Amino acid sequence: MPNPAQQPLSFQDLILALQTYWAAQGCVILQPHDIEVGAGTLHPATTLRSLGPKPWNTAYVQPCRRPADGRYGENPNRLQHYYQFQVLLKPSPDNLQELYLDSLRAIGIDLGLHDVRFVEDDWENPTVGAWGLGWEVWCDGMEVSQFTYFQQVGGMDVNPVSGELTYGLERLATYVQGVDSIYDLAFNNTGVTYRDVFFENERQFSHFNFSHADTKMFNRWFADAEAQCGILLEQNLPLPAYDFCLKASHAFNILDARGVVSATERASFIKRVRDLAKGCAEAWVTLEEPANG
Amino acid sequence: MAELLFEIFSEEIPARMQAKAARDLGQNVQKALTDTGFACADMQTFAGPRRLTLVINDLPASSPTSLEERKGPRVDAPEQAIAGFLRGCGLASLDDCEQRQDKKGTFWVAKIEKPGREATEVLTEIIPQIMADFPWPKSMKWGSGSFRWVRPIHHIICLLDGVVVPFEVAGIASGNITQGHRFMGQGSFHVSSFADYRTQLEGAGHVVLAAADRKARIESQISDTCRKAQVELVPDAPLLDEVTGLVEWPVVLLGKMDEAFLDLPPEVITLSMAKHQKYFSVTHAKTGKLAPFFIVVANIEAPDGGGAILAGNQRVLTARLADARHFWDMDRAQSLESRVDALKKVVFHQKLGSVYDKVKRVAAVAKQLAPLVGADPKLAERAAWLAKADLTTQMVIEFTSLQGVMGRYYALADSEDTAVANAIRDHYKPQGPTDDVPTDPVSVVVALADKLDTLVGFWAINEKPTGSKDPYALRRAALGVIRIVLQNKVRLPLNDELRSFFHDRLKVHLREQSIRHDLIDAVLTDSADDLVSIVARVEALSDFLGTADGEQLLAGTKRAANIVKAEQKKQNEAVFGEVDVSLLSEPSEKALYVALQTASTEAAKAIDGEDYTAAMAAIAPLRGPIDEFFEGVMVNDPDPIVRQNRLRLLSGIRAALAPVADFDKIAG
Repeated sequence: MPNPAQQPLSFQDLILALQTYWAAQGCVILQPHDIEVGAGTLHPATTLRSLGPKPWNTAYVQPCRRPADGRYGENPNRLQHYYQFQVLLKPSPDNLQELYLDSLRAIGIDLGLHDVRFVEDDWENPTVGAWGLGWEVWCDGMEVSQFTYFQQVGGMDVNPVSGELTYGLERLATYVQGVDSIYDLAFNNTGVTYRDVFFENERQFSHFNFSHADTKMFNRWFADAEAQCGILLEQNLPLPAYDFCLKASHAFNILDARGVVSATERASFIKRVRDLAKGCAEAWVTLEEPANG
Repeated sequence: MAELLFEIFSEEIPARMQAKAARDLGQNVQKALTDTGFACADMQTFAGPRRLTLVINDLPASSPTSLEERKGPRVDAPEQAIAGFLRGCGLASLDDCEQRQDKKGTFWVAKIEKPGREATEVLTEIIPQIMADFPWPKSMKWGSGSFRWVRPIHHIICLLDGVVVPFEVAGIASGNITQGHRFMGQGSFHVSSFADYRTQLEGAGHVVLAAADRKARIESQISDTCRKAQVELVPDAPLLDEVTGLVEWPVVLLGKMDEAFLDLPPEVITLSMAKHQKYFSVTHAKTGKLAPFFIVVANIEAPDGGGAILAGNQRVLTARLADARHFWDMDRAQSLESRVDALKKVVFHQKLGSVYDKVKRVAAVAKQLAPLVGADPKLAERAAWLAKADLTTQMVIEFTSLQGVMGRYYALADSEDTAVANAIRDHYKPQGPTDDVPTDPVSVVVALADKLDTLVGFWAINEKPTGSKDPYALRRAALGVIRIVLQNKVRLPLNDELRSFFHDRLKVHLREQSIRHDLIDAVLTDSADDLVSIVARVEALSDFLGTADGEQLLAGTKRAANIVKAEQKKQNEAVFGEVDVSLLSEPSEKALYVALQTASTEAAKAIDGEDYTAAMAAIAPLRGPIDEFFEGVMVNDPDPIVRQNRLRLLSGIRAALAPVADFDKIAG
């Protein structure tokens, strides 16, 4: 759709194009973190690395799981498992907006033909005590990315400030390919669709998330992960501690999707995860400070 | 006089913050200049997505010379002290000082001339300070810097008559460079003056500088577009302001909406367009019904005439409306009735229980109140019971502002009575001083019952509004009750504890209607219960005082009251009490006595019958006897008993008028 003369990028080519583009900007191209997370921000390469004084530029794909968003594969725009492409540049460079716009050009969007706008949207993730100011980036009325200048992570002011770009890959691809349903996306150029790859996954996991996840077990897992995280923090090992913070967070998301968390319990769960994240962030910063490095 | 041009060019400033930022910039620069001795009057400020601009046309090149006087030692002080004083003033000799005498002797006074300062020099100090202290609602740091601004800054122009005023803010040196439109502009360019700046910006730069101009362009393009398509805009002033802050080069495009969505409630379509997509909706010029189009304000003139932009926007809108359709279908699959139970999980207030508890109370009150307004108690109870059920529907969870509106649609889908459905929508009314008041009896009852329950509840847990704090909008609820009661003439007995709060809100409401507050005070007694009759009395009184009879009568009562007051103070006489008829001797005092008896009886009768015009007519004839009394009778009779009796007669005037109003409280 962006360039009718050319075949639009397939889902996997879109990812490859973004990786190539950001690699050329000096980013470390990482692979996904191997623990269930709700957003690409939660990868330790963003959450922890955005803290402390050391420069850090990275880009990676992160599968995200949001159990409550499952729709059994019936909704064309909503998934319980999807991909984000995440870029973190620390310190945020002066030309970050230009770099971002060039990445859109790199995936075939003609910025002279389309209406790209930066619309106020302040980002916040209470479970990791993080917030920043920035925008949703709109392309012809479609939100294609989240653009944020981090101000706090783990409840601490960041210095220097990181610029974070998050591309919702499925949504961006539906835009680039001009299709109405995520399931109709061309995954590659040999006829494999997103439906072929993920439909059954959505259907089965929706049943699991909403009906069959063992709530007693996930409650136990939450408590175990929380305890393990605390022990690791006492040993000043923030990286493994943070992994257990993520495990606790995912256990909570499952319990939430199962509808067994009341409003007051919810606030308490979120606070417990935030306390873990804060502990990990503080321990990480202490290790990162030049005096300790 | 010099021209100052100042521009801060940054990444996109949130639309909602732009207008205030321009005002703050103007005020703060004005203040800093005044404080440093610069007077200027011709200033303009501009705000847009990527820039704040200020221009002053009449900035003095320097501030005026000022003279400072400093008092020194006495002229006969030791030489050392005088030398020290001169040093402290920076003076070489006593030539620049004069002697001045006061009670304590003769002193040296130094006259120190402070030369004016160059504007450039002052600007290099005040502008960085103004930027550092700028009152953004939210600000941020970026990169490795520590300066805070709403979003990262890229350039600063500061030119005084074309010459750069040099300073540095956030690591950026002021200069004479800016940029135009992000995609249609032609990169950075130099400017030499405001005229040059504006010409380049609005020409090759493709940026309309002034928000007012952008708004006017949007409005005129919208009206052209609508005329051509034979549709009419659904006006939305806040949306217009918002989109004005989202574009530098507005281009209005008319997109097509899939007609299949027209079976959705029009409120849903309009709101979904406005809130999610910042689109305007339009109606058919002939039928007034929603038309299958949308208006989007783009920020770019695309070479294909906007075809690709519209195709993209149309696809997004289709997805949005498909979501809305999904909610609409899902919500209707379950009756409102069956949703009431789920309100147990929706907290109304921690101490006042769930929304379920609330609707139970409201339903009971509505059933009771129904006869007062001639509503069917069963329908009123039913409407109250269902009034909040839509809070658990997906559509209302998505669009809170559609609460009530959706409830009405869902009630109609459930084949509830139309009066019930309308009451579900209208029981939130009136939402503000300009919102309509419900008039259908069932709606009136539920609207009153809901608001009264809220007021009584928060009163009971002592969460009353204080000062400017009214987190539960209880004043608005009370005003709502007052307006409903007045417009529908509902004789609603007031709860004892709430009565004085209602009286206060009634005064505020009537004052806003330009009704004199002294008249309200004159009619309002602490126990006054019936708001409808209070207002009717105030109106009748106001009309009466506008007549010659009323004016004269008021003057007479004032005169009588003043005499009574003065005598009471002076001699501590018992001026109140029964008049002794046998002591009345003069014809005009006898006449007044009789007239007072008649007026008082007639007025009280009329008040009982709620005929306030008749009550006024009953007291009007008192004017003559009162005037004649003052002409023909000497109050200060030598006989103290007669005098006291006459004072009692005078104080009887107020008493006779009391059923109508307390005339002492009316401003004379």
